[in-house]
Amino acid sequence: MDLVPGVLRGETVPIARLLSCAEAADDASRPALARIFEHTGKAHVVGITGVPGSGKSTLTAVLAEEFANSGRKVGIIAVDPSSPFSGGSILGDRIRMADIAMNPNVFIRSMATRGAMGGLSRGCLDAVDILDAAGFDIILIETVGVGQDEIEIVQAAHTVIVASAPGLGDEIQAIKAGILEIADIHIVTKCDRSDSNRTILELKGMLKMGDLTKFVEGWEPKVIGTSSLRREGFEELAATIDRHRSYLETSGEIVKRRRKISETRMLKIAESLVRKRFYEERLGSISELCGQMERKKIAPDAAARQLLARINGE
Amino acid sequence: MKNAAAPIRVMMTKLGLDGHDRGVKIVARVLRDAGIDVIYAGLHRSPEEVVTAAIQEDVDVLGVSLLSGAHMPLFGRVLDLLKERNALHITVVGGGLMPDEDVAKLKEMGVADIMRQDSTPEQIVATIRRVVAERSDA
Ligand SMILES: Nc1nc2c(ncn2[C@@H]2O[C@H](COP(=O)(O)OP(=O)(O)OP(=O)(O)O)[C@@H](O)[C@H]2O)c(=O)[nH]1
Ligand SMILES: [Mg+2]
Repeated sequence: MDLVPGVLRGETVPIARLLSCAEAADDASRPALARIFEHTGKAHVVGITGVPGSGKSTLTAVLAEEFANSGRKVGIIAVDPSSPFSGGSILGDRIRMADIAMNPNVFIRSMATRGAMGGLSRGCLDAVDILDAAGFDIILIETVGVGQDEIEIVQAAHTVIVASAPGLGDEIQAIKAGILEIADIHIVTKCDRSDSNRTILELKGMLKMGDLTKFVEGWEPKVIGTSSLRREGFEELAATIDRHRSYLETSGEIVKRRRKISETRMLKIAESLVRKRFYEERLGSISELCGQMERKKIAPDAAARQLLARINGE
Repeated sequence: MKNAAAPIRVMMTKLGLDGHDRGVKIVARVLRDAGIDVIYAGLHRSPEEVVTAAIQEDVDVLGVSLLSGAHMPLFGRVLDLLKERNALHITVVGGGLMPDEDVAKLKEMGVADIMRQDSTPEQIVATIRRVVAERSDA
């Protein structure tokens, strides 16, 4: 069945079904996804990351409601890690989003990392396309922030939000490599707690330190305190996201971000295609070249180049 | 359109107001360890919430756990809503404690299978795989 027309009309079942095709990343769905791609470019994509338990899912839900109440359609992609052992996963972000699950302007989809380095699978980026083409104005991507993931989200989102909970490892978590550099907006979550003011001050202090400040002309990373529990700070947060969006557009920064996203997507897919070809060659060229290496007939570097040449030759 | 390499997607939830979610969580881990993606949708959901979530998540199997005897109307409502919303591609599996005649009735209504309280992890995984395979064959 051709799902594309239904997706473009914004119908739930076709959207959900095409998302599964994107997640499966099978070649059969490539033509449909290519048609979807032609209709993308309107949505504003917001990445939300932060350490486990920092309150990302809860705040994503309240933020989505804030946008939805102003008449905008919000798509949410909640990413959780796959088990490295079984490949399966438990996707639990949705539990925290129960309050908005029935809102007709909100669509929530859970996705596993599927072993993708840095947390964002190819399917996740295709999923953003589908929601964009389906007419969602804002797409919120929640990713778990451990190690590489925070960096990855930059290459998928227009606005990057880093969520930190008060006291959660104190200053250390804010200093976590790269975290200060990537955020357009910092959120200190759970501001109903008494230690939140200190965390806000610490974060602001660190952003002022010259060598840590992300220098982007015209946009200074903002620090916003929110409480999902009391639903406080979300008007400011939504307004700040909108302001960041208009900043990107008026400054021309959006062009750079779009270019970065295009580049990353293409390179990632190329990488996975090469990896797939390698896998197919494990009994052919790879095994033969290994044999030659073991007999010292060929050095590793030359073997690698030959392998690439053979794969390209086909 | 689902290809063989994509993991099976199962949504686990609990209808009605009773009980805790320990059992559901244990089953979720069993399925995860068998390479299945489990979307955990939480406790105390209404049939409307459960069906909306299952459709958005496009799960292969909707696993609904119930402890009390008041399950018939709730299950019926879930099945009706799936039909109403054009989502009969989603297979419903029940779980919990119930008498044999209820199991028979539920199957008649369209529930693919019922897992008893005492199902082993192997049985649970096998049931999920079987109902998904049966649906693909159809
Ligand atoms: N006091 C308080 N607790 C909160 C708030 N927001 C979230 N929490 C609690 O923080 C815990 C984690 O919240 P989540 O939203 O699941 O956090 P997360 O970052 O999405 O977690 P992972 O997806 O597991 O990484 C839960 O127990 C929430 O109830 C808040 O505003 N105030
Ligand atoms: Mg979460």
